[in-house]
Amino acid sequence: MKYVLMFVDTEEFTKEVEAMSPAELEAAYGRVNQWFIDNADRISARTGKLQGAATATTVRLDGPEPVTTDGPFIEGKEVISGVIEIDVADLDEALRMVKTWPACPVIEIRPVES
Amino acid sequence: MTDLATADELARVVREHAGRLAASLMSLLGDFSAAEDLVQDAVESALRRWPEEGIPDRPDGWLFTVARRRGLDVLRRQENYRTKLAQLQWPVRPEPDDRLRLIFTCCHPALAREAQIALTLRVVCGLTTAQIAAAFVVPETTVAQRITRAKRKIAHAGIPYRIPRDDELGERLSEVLTVIYLLFNEGYLSSTAEQAHSRDLVDDAEWLTALLAGLLPNEPEVTGLLVLIRLHRARVAARFTADGQIVLLQDQDRTRWDHAAIAGATALLMRTARRHHSPGPYQLQAAIAACHCEATTWGETDWEQILVLYNMLLRLQPNAVTRLHRSVAVRYVEGVEPALAELEELEGALGKYALFHATRAELLRAAGRPSEAHDADQQAIVFTANPAQLNLLHDRLSS
Repeated sequence: MKYVLMFVDTEEFTKEVEAMSPAELEAAYGRVNQWFIDNADRISARTGKLQGAATATTVRLDGPEPVTTDGPFIEGKEVISGVIEIDVADLDEALRMVKTWPACPVIEIRPVES
Repeated sequence: MTDLATADELARVVREHAGRLAASLMSLLGDFSAAEDLVQDAVESALRRWPEEGIPDRPDGWLFTVARRRGLDVLRRQENYRTKLAQLQWPVRPEPDDRLRLIFTCCHPALAREAQIALTLRVVCGLTTAQIAAAFVVPETTVAQRITRAKRKIAHAGIPYRIPRDDELGERLSEVLTVIYLLFNEGYLSSTAEQAHSRDLVDDAEWLTALLAGLLPNEPEVTGLLVLIRLHRARVAARFTADGQIVLLQDQDRTRWDHAAIAGATALLMRTARRHHSPGPYQLQAAIAACHCEATTWGETDWEQILVLYNMLLRLQPNAVTRLHRSVAVRYVEGVEPALAELEELEGALGKYALFHATRAELLRAAGRPSEAHDADQQAIVFTANPAQLNLLHDRLSS
């Protein structure tokens, strides 16, 4: 079954990352890379990490004309910072995988329509 | 056919067979939602017809036949289900494990708590949606929506129908025990003498725990919860006056407790503790209940032992509710003032919890501060909806 994992950064987590020394940051990236290596055969699609919400642009098509605005579609303290697609047996396997994720503190798991 | 069935007998017989039928249809069809619907239909037919026709000699065969016939009828479009159902012969012999899989699926952590409770009652205990709605005093449509949404999530989100792996069993079992404990609590708190005719959720909770203990004999916490429930039930006759008023533990007529049930439950707890040497939160709460049950009078309560047990419990679950309960033991071992001091620290966490204010009121009264006690009782009234508790609090305010 395919699921999309949405990685979510919180303000607190962003501050923690900003406060890291170069060595700590390198170690943190090392843990994330290792996670991707460990789970390589379950990951069916991935992009890189997304740039910050401040770089987002939102287009709304539900009015008479398309409206383009600066910022994410929903303003909040928690923002999506990455998206990958996984292919696993069931939700339990997805949950096991997510529980070992070494970085941002929130992940949403969404099944993909088959 | 037996004689006309009482509501209690009906509930017992349905509960004994509904989960088994759900499990065998589930393994046959591989579709949780379809299997569950068929069982619910069969249960509803039984509840309509058995009161008049009597409980059949083989209730399981009866339920099976109705579910199968209904399945052949409603699953017209799903040819593969029809073929499977058509081939099915009675008796089917389900593995005992099958109901365990049902329980773990109903209590999957990806489902909302209310949905876990409603699903478990419907699928494993064979309650109808109407019975669940009545027990929780919510509209039937609310329960029906919870069930529908949960079943859709099980299917669409890929929640597996399986017993968790060994390395996940502990965590998942604790989720199941939480669901049963909440069910028990709901039944325990809402039970009054007036409601004796409504569904006894405490009975369902005990039955579920006993089932689980049979299926997972090496899990001491399951036994701990079973003993806890049995010890509470053993005292139920003394908990209410004839007109439904709560009688506090200290005022209960202890000769009305079921002392044989207490002895049996306590012995089971001791055997489990000796065999496993791993006291968890449920075993400890059961041990605390056992201390109360073994005291022949309120004055003989072994508070020092109870405080030791609460200290162990607090290490395992360091939360405000445990500290609140522990404060009562602190009062009788160390005195009223240390107990009050302990409570003051919990105001932030438990300020909206009736039992916090009620406990504080008692301590304040014991400390000779009646006007503050009065205020605390009034706070307790604000945060409780339970009629028997309200009566007790109003009595205290007017005396």
